[in-house]
Amino acid sequence: MNDDQRALPIGVRIGVPVVLGVLVIALWEVLVWWLAVPKFVLPAPSLIFKSLTTDYPSLLLSLWITLRITLMAFFIALGLGVALAVLSAQSRLIEISIFPYAVILQVTPVVAIAPLILIWVGLEHVDRALLILATIVAFFPILSNTTLGLKSVDHNLRDLFQLYGATRWQRLRYLQLPAALPYLLGGMKISGGLALIGAVVAEFVAGSGNGAGLAWRIVESANRLNIPRMFAALLMLSVLGIFIFLLMAGLQNLLLRRWHESAMQRER
Amino acid sequence: MTAPMQTAPVAGRTLIEVRGVAKRYTGGTLALDGINLSIAEGEFLSLLGPSGCGKSTLLRLIAGLGQPSSGSIEWPRATYDVAGEPERGIGFVFQEPTLLPWGTVFDNVFLPLRLAGQRRRDAEGAVLDAIEKVGLAGFVKAYPRQLSGGMRMRVSIARALVKRPKVLLMDEPFAALDEITRMRLNDDLLELWAGRGWTVLFVTHSVYESVYLSSRIALMGARPGHIRELIGVGAPYPRDENFRISADYNEYCRITSAALRGAMAGKGGDL
Ligand SMILES: Nc1ncnc2c1ncn2[C@@H]1O[C@H](COP(=O)(O)OP(=O)(O)OP(=O)(O)O)[C@@H](O)[C@H]1O
Ligand SMILES: [Mg+2]
Repeated sequence: MNDDQRALPIGVRIGVPVVLGVLVIALWEVLVWWLAVPKFVLPAPSLIFKSLTTDYPSLLLSLWITLRITLMAFFIALGLGVALAVLSAQSRLIEISIFPYAVILQVTPVVAIAPLILIWVGLEHVDRALLILATIVAFFPILSNTTLGLKSVDHNLRDLFQLYGATRWQRLRYLQLPAALPYLLGGMKISGGLALIGAVVAEFVAGSGNGAGLAWRIVESANRLNIPRMFAALLMLSVLGIFIFLLMAGLQNLLLRRWHESAMQRER
Repeated sequence: MTAPMQTAPVAGRTLIEVRGVAKRYTGGTLALDGINLSIAEGEFLSLLGPSGCGKSTLLRLIAGLGQPSSGSIEWPRATYDVAGEPERGIGFVFQEPTLLPWGTVFDNVFLPLRLAGQRRRDAEGAVLDAIEKVGLAGFVKAYPRQLSGGMRMRVSIARALVKRPKVLLMDEPFAALDEITRMRLNDDLLELWAGRGWTVLFVTHSVYESVYLSSRIALMGARPGHIRELIGVGAPYPRDENFRISADYNEYCRITSAALRGAMAGKGGDL
């Protein structure tokens, strides 16, 4: 982020994109009407809004299902990633044994392993498969960022802890974890978005479980050529994504603003 | 500021005995060779020498950070713990402030006590006392980023003091500061030293600083690092501005400078 952006008042930073958005939507509405675009190709914003209001009970339910998988995947990935990172920071041996497998999981496209996972958990437990797949996608940034963070402790501080006879636990608690926090939060920001992507992609590939998530709504709407509802579902997905991002950014700012370069407001 | 009674150190009993220490890093650099030095209780000893002559290496070895390749460093008066390590009771000030950026001034000064298992509430008095000693009473809740370089250095000094160490090891603590701040911290340090009966080991590049502060200067040469000369600075304490402009001071500086020039031009010198 450059300094010019920082210096802009908050009203401008929010107002300008909003005005732009409103203009684009208005233009979209006018053009669709003007060129008489069929609604199964590109529905007018007003139609999408109508679909959103009439279909909202089912859409909201789907939103909740997707959100639940996203959140669960995110928290499992968070716990697992941090735990493994802490573990591998304890010994080089553990680190070199864990890391290759984490990389393999990361580089193998989730779409490719979905059928396998589905068979393993059983076709009657699709939601478990979705959860596992979303977790796999969300897991790596947490692990690799936290590992990096735990390692990037200032050497003099490390010596200082040794001088004062700190125990392993004290070193972890008072030195390594705080030092890793900015890295972890960076990882969480990426991971939150990935958990959502994972939940959606997994649902596309593996189908839906007990209830249909937003991905399923999109497929279904496409099959029925109900494009306005498809757009409504898409809109919900982006809003959810934005919401997760903002939440993470807020958390990052809250925890780091006092001391870390990335979140400090520098007075000059 | 009340003028404390600074007394010239009585040549105390030996606190640290460095015997034939050599240090070779894994890269092959012979950083120190044949170091013999005994450090007496209560003295203010400076290690002075050209860059790269092994001052930091020696200081770290004395602190127990790393092992000498040969020779030994003994603490005849210390008790030894179960692991066979001497209980040195040292405070160490690094060349950089080396503070926890996520902690306030209080948190940073509290750290040594926290690591010793003390609770925040019990330690509060000692911590605030140390912070006040270095003149930062108004900045207890500030974060390192909100402080100037000199203030950060003082936090680092307060942290070294908080456990009331018997020995203070300082590695060019004031090197990055401006002359005025540096002189003020020099005076503060002397005052604290006199008041507490410490032993101070002080690494510096500066002839003037070493003469002003020390009761003894160990002059080091490079390649490999060795001690060339020990210079006693006999001038009485307390030392203040008057000492800085005295003929005595000038004379000591002249002698020390000449010796340092000798060290840098001498065998194996690189300048
Ligand atoms: N960790 C290390 N690994 C390998 N070599 C090192 C290491 N630390 C120091 N050295 C080498 O040991 C020698 C002495 O280094 P040292 O840092 O003790 O010098 P110094 O006297 O403190 O210098 P300065 O005044 O510039 O701080 C140098 O030649 C340096 O290259
Ligand atoms: Mg050094």
